[in-house]
Order: sequence, then C-alpha cells, then structure tokens
Amino acid sequence: MWELIQENKRKSIFLFIGMGLCLLLLGYLLGAAFFPPNGAISGVSIALIIWSVLSLVSFFSGDQILLATSGAKEISSDVHPQLFNIVEEMKIAANLPVMPKIYIMDEAAPNAFATGRSPERCAIAVTTGLLPRLNRDELQGVIAHEMSHVLNRDVLFMTFAGILLGCIVLISNMFFRGMWYSSGSSRRYRSGRSSDGGKGQALIFIFAIVFAILAPIAARLLYFAISRRREYLADASGARLTRYPEGLASALEKISSSDVELTSANQVTAPMYIVNPFKEKRMSFSSVLSTHPPIEERIKILKSMSGGASYVQYQKAYAAVTGKSSQLIPPSGLEDQKEIPVRKAVPEAPKPQSVKDQARAIGDLTRTIYDYTFLTCVCGLKIKVPPDFKKPKIVCPRCWHQMDNPFLKVAAPTSQTSS
Amino acid sequence: MTVLWVVLAVVVVIILSVVGVFNSLVGLRNQVKNSWSQIEVQLKRRHDLIPNLIESVKGYVQHERGTLENLTKARSQAISAQTVGEKAKAEGVLSGALGRLMVSVENYPDLKANQNFLALQEELSSTENRIAFARQNYNDQVLAFNNKIQMFPSNLIANSFAFTKEEFFELEDKTEKEVPKVSFS
Repeated sequence: MWELIQENKRKSIFLFIGMGLCLLLLGYLLGAAFFPPNGAISGVSIALIIWSVLSLVSFFSGDQILLATSGAKEISSDVHPQLFNIVEEMKIAANLPVMPKIYIMDEAAPNAFATGRSPERCAIAVTTGLLPRLNRDELQGVIAHEMSHVLNRDVLFMTFAGILLGCIVLISNMFFRGMWYSSGSSRRYRSGRSSDGGKGQALIFIFAIVFAILAPIAARLLYFAISRRREYLADASGARLTRYPEGLASALEKISSSDVELTSANQVTAPMYIVNPFKEKRMSFSSVLSTHPPIEERIKILKSMSGGASYVQYQKAYAAVTGKSSQLIPPSGLEDQKEIPVRKAVPEAPKPQSVKDQARAIGDLTRTIYDYTFLTCVCGLKIKVPPDFKKPKIVCPRCWHQMDNPFLKVAAPTSQTSS
Repeated sequence: MTVLWVVLAVVVVIILSVVGVFNSLVGLRNQVKNSWSQIEVQLKRRHDLIPNLIESVKGYVQHERGTLENLTKARSQAISAQTVGEKAKAEGVLSGALGRLMVSVENYPDLKANQNFLALQEELSSTENRIAFARQNYNDQVLAFNNKIQMFPSNLIANSFAFTKEEFFELEDKTEKEVPKVSFS
C-alpha cells in the first residue's frame, strides 16, 4: 500500500532530521552544563559526530549488524529446500524483484524477523526452533508477515527509529556516567571560572538532567507505539499474500505457547521479531510498554477473517475484535473491492512426529549451518565432523572403526552429503 | 506581470502531474505484463520437473502404465500449445493428469518412503503453489492497474492516452464455482 510506504519514507526523513536536532540540543545542553562557556560547542560537535557515524553505519550495514548479532547464518537452497520453496512462493506472490536471502539462527525459541531497507536487498531469518514446530501453511504465514514488513518499508523506518533510540540512550548514559565521575574535581575547577553565570548555569544543568531522563523514556514509548501499528498491518498484508489467515493465526499460537526465551534479543531489536521475544508475565500496564500488540488479539482478528483475506475484511475483523474504530488500513488498501476468498489448506506429507526425530532434525540442521559435514560409518552411524577437524583418521564413536579423514585430501572433488 | 508567472507555474505543475500519472500507468501496465510472464516461467518449471518424476516413479508403479502415459501425453500437449486459450486448457488437463498420478501413488508405501521421491513431491507441490501464487500476483497487478485507470483523476489521463483495461485470470473450469444441486426427488 503506497500510503504506508510513503508515510514510512517521509517519517524516516523527519526522524533523521529531528533526531539530529534533538541530539545536537542534548549535546549543547550537556556541554554547557559541564564545561562552560565553550563546552556547548564541543558538546554539539560530539553529538554531531556520534549522530553521523551511527547513522551512516546503521543505514548502510544495519541489517548485517542485526544478522550478525543474532547469530544468523545464510543458507543455500539445499540446506532446507522446503523453506527455500516457501520463501520463493512468497516472493512471487509479493512481486519482489529479487529473491531474499535466507538465514537460520541457532536458537531453541521459535521466532523470525526480516531486515532490509528495500525489497531489492532484504533478508529473512528464522530460528532452528521454529522450523520443526510449524507446518507448511503456518511457516508460509510467518514468512509472508516478515516479507510484508520489508514491503511496507517498516524495516527502513524502524532502523532509523532504532538509531535514534540508541543514540539518545547512549548519550544519556554518557551523561550520567560523566556526572558520577566528575562530581568531585571539575566542580571545583568550574566554580572558580563561572562566578557570574551561576544562576543560568544551574538552570541549564537542570534542563540537561531532565532531558537526559525523559528522552529515553519518551523515545521508548514512541518506538513501541509505532511498532504496534506496524505489526497489525504486517498481519493484514501477510494474510492477504497467502490468502490463508488461519495459517498465520495458528503459527502465532504455536510460537506464543512456547516458553523458551530468545537469547540474542534486546530492547532495540525486539520489535523486528514476529512475536515479542521477551516473555513478560501478563501485566495489565504492559500494553503501553510492549513492542507488539497483545498476541491473543492478533490471533483472534486473523481467525475471524473466514469471510475473506482482503484488507477491508481485516479492518472489519480488527474493529470487531478490539472495538476500536481507528482507521488501521490506509485508503489505497481499502480500494481492494473485489472479494478475495480464502483458499483451502495445503495438504502435506506428515512430518516425523517423535520428539527424538524432531530433535535429530534440528541438530542436523544446526550442524549444517555451522559447516559440519556428515560421514556414514560402516555400522550405519551418521558421524558429524566439525569443520576444522584436521586429524588424519576419523574413529567411529559406536564401533571404533577407523577410516581416513576424506576432508583432508585437498584434491577431493566430492563432498559427503547427508543421506 | 506576476499573473503571467503564476499561470506559468500552474501550467508547469499540471504538466508535471500528467507526466507523473502517465509514467505510473506505464509502470503498472509493465508490472501486469511481467507477472504474466512469471506465470509462464512457473508453468515451464512444471514441464521440466515431470520427466524426472516419471523416471523415479516408473520402477515402483507397475500397474499404472496408463496413468503415466496420460501424463506424458498431457505434458507434450501443454508444451506445444500456442494460443492463450489452448495453453490454459492444456495446463488444466496436465494438472488433472498429475493429480491422478499423485492419488495412485498413495497405494505404494515403498515409493512414499523413498527420499528421492519425497524431494520431488515437495518440488512439484511447490511448483503448483508457485503457479497459483503467480496467478494471484497477476490478478493483483491487474487490479491495481484497472483501479488506476478507472478512478478519478487518473482516468482522464488514461483515456487520453488509450490505456485499456486488462483481463483477470479467471478459473478455466467455471463448473468449479457452481453450487452442487441436491434434489430429494
């Protein structure tokens, strides 16, 4: 929906400029509070430098950093053909120009996120905990939701908002640390020089403290409010892409019923994930501070869309479930007048249901993404060889059979594949 | 003198907006053409997968010679179809033949456990999905284009430059939409 895209692009620019001014103001106040009378200039310059460096780094390599910090590894199509096929199907449905890169994170918690400033270069990451739990339709719903975030330029906007939040938090922290350490020496030094600007000095100091306390709070509230609306819209777009809202609904159910915590999430990256990675207990005031809308609500809205999968139907379901009449979907989405029927579920081959088989599948997948290779012994055991194993002989742990390490030979053209 | 400048500015603004709308109409129409060729790409992918499928199934399904022959025939018909109408019909026949083969495979448990066959089945089912999504995407692009042509004010520009409505990709078999008639006589 072009309004969303334009809105996101516009807001990103405003945020970029507004953030700059805000940071410069913060730098000015802190500099003036600490090192009068020339401190203001250095405060502004430091803020300017921090802002430029963080902006450039985040804009150009923000997605790489996010992927790296979550431990995601890129995979090729033969590592998990079904996931690859699902993403390609969604790429066709969403009219993306290029196939997104697919990453897998080694985490037991089921979750997923997408990065990418534009559809031309985007990436989707899922955890190893997600893949065995969901069937094809559910996985497709999750992928469609993530792709919608990229399509609506949410990722672009959230990157800027995230930088802003990070900058403000960083500078506030610096300020409080500086105050802690410099309380002794510099005050004596300062009071000798600024005998006349005493009152103005104190005022600026107070402004600085108040700003430094309030700014992170305000920024967080804003950040969370923005990301909540985006989640609803991504749900609506995802349901429309798949023509099967039930798939996304049951995927959200399965993900939210898992108790495992995601080890690599923090407050800035949390909104990027499909379900809030922080498993808060049911707190009533959590709605304002939460990065995602309440998941029961999201599931209810999707499940009540049996009449159709268009944006108009999502808007109706949203109004019916939440009782709010706020216009969630922008006008261009509401031009979806032709009725969009929900399709039938896709029948698929039954997956290995036993817990042992599931655990084995996850283990193999994890080892594949960490570049382990597999070797089958004569006794039938599948040996997992670490990537840097350089000893000349491999000994089977079950039958003690010795064999030559085939991966040492430089000229070996064939690679062992798992059977 | 200033009136002249104002009129000039207004004319420039109008020309720029007309150009903008015209370009977006062209862009949308090209999207429609692009999504149509995407359907053809996925159909071709299905054609290429079928010989592989037949090879892997042949050893196991001794009693299904007829089904396999029908599938081969349907595939060659679909490849040689020329006009859009012929293609649509031939692809429908091919889908039917594939469906019948998949149903008959249910009776052969060793085939269903074969890794190679399972991988092929996933590829085939994914290709069917891709064809469906390509059609869905085509219809979405057609909807966006038709909306832009018919809604005010871009319809004025569309009509002056002779942009015509595009056709949706409807179901070939209209009987699928009919409600079955139940009679208690």
